[in-house]
Amino acid sequence: MSEVLNTRSLVTEVAKKEGTAPRVEDDSRPISLTVSDLNLHYGDKQALNSVNMHIPEKMVTAFIGPSGCGKSTLLRCFNRMNDLIDDVRIDGSILLHDEDIYKPDVDVANLRRRVGMVFQKPNPFPKSIYENVAYGLRIQSVKNRRTLDRAIERSLRAAALWDEVKDRLQESALSLSGGQQQRLVIARAIAIEPEVLLLDEPASALDPISTLKIEELIYELKRDYTIVIVTHNMQQATRVSDYAAFMYLGSLVEFDETNKIFTNPAKKQTEDYITGRYG
Amino acid sequence: MASRQIPHHISQQFDKELNDLRSHVLAMGGLVEDHLDKVLEALANSDTELAQYVATHDYQVNALEVEIDEECTTILLRRQPAAGDLRLVLAMSKTICDLERIGDEVEKVGRMALEMTGTDGPRKAYYTGILSMGGHVKRMLHDVLDAFARMDSEAAFRVAKQDRDVDEENDVIMRQLITYMMEDPRSISQVLNAVLVVRAFERIGDHANNIGEYIIYFVEGKDVRNTSLEDIEQEFKFSLKKS
Repeated sequence: MSEVLNTRSLVTEVAKKEGTAPRVEDDSRPISLTVSDLNLHYGDKQALNSVNMHIPEKMVTAFIGPSGCGKSTLLRCFNRMNDLIDDVRIDGSILLHDEDIYKPDVDVANLRRRVGMVFQKPNPFPKSIYENVAYGLRIQSVKNRRTLDRAIERSLRAAALWDEVKDRLQESALSLSGGQQQRLVIARAIAIEPEVLLLDEPASALDPISTLKIEELIYELKRDYTIVIVTHNMQQATRVSDYAAFMYLGSLVEFDETNKIFTNPAKKQTEDYITGRYG
Repeated sequence: MASRQIPHHISQQFDKELNDLRSHVLAMGGLVEDHLDKVLEALANSDTELAQYVATHDYQVNALEVEIDEECTTILLRRQPAAGDLRLVLAMSKTICDLERIGDEVEKVGRMALEMTGTDGPRKAYYTGILSMGGHVKRMLHDVLDAFARMDSEAAFRVAKQDRDVDEENDVIMRQLITYMMEDPRSISQVLNAVLVVRAFERIGDHANNIGEYIIYFVEGKDVRNTSLEDIEQEFKFSLKKS
């Protein structure tokens, strides 16, 4: 605990020195993702503008900002989902630990195994609950039934869904409620034990109780995974995240500890946004 | 940044709620200030009627505290304010707590004034010191409410400086009063009333100082409780002279 406190105060020190301090490189906390001079263009339109940031390992980092500011675009860069879009040009680098994920010889399928993603709307496959969670493992050629059973129970337990579905694993995943489906999708993502979990507004389509369950889940999952979450819900960002990044018009305006961002942000733009003021 | 106003939110209703909250806190401050004025006048003129009024009207201050407290709760509940807005509501909520305490102290002085003005015989010499200290405390409260109205952190800082002077004045008068008691033990019960009045003034100074700290917290975003005046002065480049 004292170690945590020390590194946290260091982050604050760095933040003070740099004014905004989107970087935490002086922090002794291990860094999971390092973004350097990242620019992204969709055709002629620049969507990300020279983004630099260090995302700490096994912590929750929230991206906040108005619609169209580049939060989801940046999130999608972390597992190269933007590769699927035509006419995208990306400069700069993103390191997952020390490995540049945009190097030409990177196996993108393997990268996406290491960096899992969950979207706004739950997207379970039209298969049984069991097969949904087993999907990634089967792709990795895991065939042993006992290994699969164990991995599926572990993932469903980690996603706080096991007790609700343990007696109906063979039923269709589509029979679950929205909140259960979203937790199933998270179970599917963590079944293959990724290092990073990207959550793109994971609770925005859910009712308040399901939302709280997802938030509770995020809190549990950060013990094992680095989590990056995009959210429009300011209160959710304050509840679940350790660090928060405010983005505006494709630029990273401010990146700091969540408490600092929401009580005394360094930039006026950040304050105007989180307090709901005219810019 | 030495001062800060409530800028416009997208929700005008929220603007209105924050502005109303601020006006109500200022009204409460005005009421407390009025009671303090009255009690000083009662002491100065041996006016038992006025002393009686102050001693029996603290309920007005208490009622305002409850009302404003409820307003703060509603804003926290409905608006979940962040950043400057959050600091503003917290500062208001703490300020009314200190204003209420000032109200209690003023009420106490009112009761003491009744006893002191009720006694026959010539005015004691220590009255001058007490009235002068009361005057200083009154100025402190006035200045801190003024700083509050303008949300001026530098002005709030100058109030903290005044508190140091009031504390020194308190020590001097206390020494005087102890001497009185030692010289003439028959005067002890009467001088004890004066001791309680001085003690109440000193506490009012402390509460005004606390309000100043909340203003600095709101404007500068930094908690300066338990921080020396010199450190605050250095950190925020405040000046003790009025600009």
